[in-house]
Amino acid sequence: MSDSPGVAVSSGTAATAETIPRPEPAASAPPPPELPKKASASATPPKAQRVLPLRRPGRWIATAIVLVLAAQFVHGLITNPFYQWDRFQYWFLRPTILDGLLITLEVTVYSAVLGLLGGIVLAVARLSDSPVLRTVSWVYTWLFRSVPLIVVLLFLYNFSALYQTLSLGIPFGPAFFTFDENRLATDMVVAVVGLSLNEAAYAAEVVRGGLLSVDQGQHEAASALGLPKRYQFARIVFPQALRSIVPNYVNQLIGLVKATSLVFYVSLLDLFGSVQSMGSTYPGDIVPLLLVATTWYLILTSVVSVVQFYVERHYSRGALRTLPPTPLQKVRTGLSELRARARRETAK
Amino acid sequence: MTTAEAVDVRPAAVEVHAVHKWFGAQHVLDGVELTVRPGEVTVVLGPSGSGKSTLLRVINHLEKPEAGHVSLNGEPIGVRRHGERLKELSERAILAQRGRIGFVFQNFNLFPHLSVLDNVAAAPVATGKLTKPEAQALARDLLGRVGLADKADAYPRQLSGGQQQRVAIARALALRPGVILFDEPTSALDPELVGEVLAVIKDLARSGTTLVIVTHEIGFAREIADRVVFMDEGRIVEQGPPAQVLDHPEHDRTRDFLSKVL
Repeated sequence: MSDSPGVAVSSGTAATAETIPRPEPAASAPPPPELPKKASASATPPKAQRVLPLRRPGRWIATAIVLVLAAQFVHGLITNPFYQWDRFQYWFLRPTILDGLLITLEVTVYSAVLGLLGGIVLAVARLSDSPVLRTVSWVYTWLFRSVPLIVVLLFLYNFSALYQTLSLGIPFGPAFFTFDENRLATDMVVAVVGLSLNEAAYAAEVVRGGLLSVDQGQHEAASALGLPKRYQFARIVFPQALRSIVPNYVNQLIGLVKATSLVFYVSLLDLFGSVQSMGSTYPGDIVPLLLVATTWYLILTSVVSVVQFYVERHYSRGALRTLPPTPLQKVRTGLSELRARARRETAK
Repeated sequence: MTTAEAVDVRPAAVEVHAVHKWFGAQHVLDGVELTVRPGEVTVVLGPSGSGKSTLLRVINHLEKPEAGHVSLNGEPIGVRRHGERLKELSERAILAQRGRIGFVFQNFNLFPHLSVLDNVAAAPVATGKLTKPEAQALARDLLGRVGLADKADAYPRQLSGGQQQRVAIARALALRPGVILFDEPTSALDPELVGEVLAVIKDLARSGTTLVIVTHEIGFAREIADRVVFMDEGRIVEQGPPAQVLDHPEHDRTRDFLSKVL
């Protein structure tokens, strides 16, 4: 207890001789834990011994194998005349293809938004206290998850043959509004309605899963504060649910991008539709045309994935103590680390 | 039992009238009667499963009692009188009543996606009591009162448990409730963080706020309680000033419990 500072210093310098400074070497009388550190800091600081990272030769071998395989694949892609890259170049930005791409984008965006909105309504209905809403929501989801999308589309396409006019009124009684079905249901409308109906059923389950993932305590706290129901949903529960809804819905969205290729069957020329029709006009170009479509779908999916990263990052606010770095931040920290290491090397 | 009403002209802050609550076959609250005077600090003790937390949750109607009712300053909570009978209120009306009862949870239940300031300022804005700038000014004021003025822009997960619970208390205070219910406010905290939360509650007790506290901190109960209530198996076994209930309990169950926890 009555250790003089001199004793503390000597024990501190003794620690520097060892590899790692321990606060309690404690063979002799226990010194106060603070003192040795301070003393040794004023004297020569104890050198922390570097830990050499584990060598992983397996990784280098695996990298080499992957690189060789990738090179072979690229080589085949470039040199095989079967792919006809000149024709790919010819078709890639053709107006027919771009028109198709635009249709694909339009159908996707409309159906994704309508599908998500429908899904939210269905999920809320499914989780509500009302047995009527719960049943309606369940039956809808059951029905549209059971019927193949192509059947829904073809059915809607032929809808105008079954019902020439649509009217809003009392069943078996007078009609208030009457619509001419053929004018209302353009091919675009049929496609969007069909995809949205289908999408809503799946989105409902994605949204429901997200809402269920929010802790019960959050509902209770919101309720105990007397927050109005709508506020509870819009500001407390849904934003937290989005954290798990976003990755699942993006998955769904990517499926939707490709499902739009089915609208070809309701005579809408989307990206795949234009490729298909050009392919039948120029049978020799079918492979480069398919490559064009594949490349565009790849680009669309990549864009969606990038957007996903930032949206997820936004909604993880508060859930994580530190947000994951953006690619730009990663590059920056990587560079500054390299610079720091270089400085350390030169200092040696 | 209710002769006290004739003496004190003010209606009781909280009155629990013959409340029964079942969870399945389990009779969690068995005819509980409790009166809390304005400004009084009531501490509810009892073994786990004795119905303490359920009682608190019935008071702000997070749990609906199957029989009996609770009134706040004489007004029934969650129900209205319809002649001789009680009718359930709409959810909207119940939510409006909750603004007058603060509730502090064992697990804080702060909103993790909102900043500390927004956690505190949300309710007065959402319920239309204050404008956003007013609510934020009030929130900063309350955060200062619980000693967290510098944490306004942090997110709850960046705070320690004790700090989170203090934010939760500020959040409950933001609606200026007539009574605040604490459901084991320190049970989820590391021992060294308990003190800071108890200090804030003590401060509230001294300022004359009506408090009902479920806790296992017997020493704390002795220090701040005006009345200690001991519950077991869904019933109030005995109640009275802390010196009486804690030091000279009348019932064996109370004595038995105290001998285990003290």
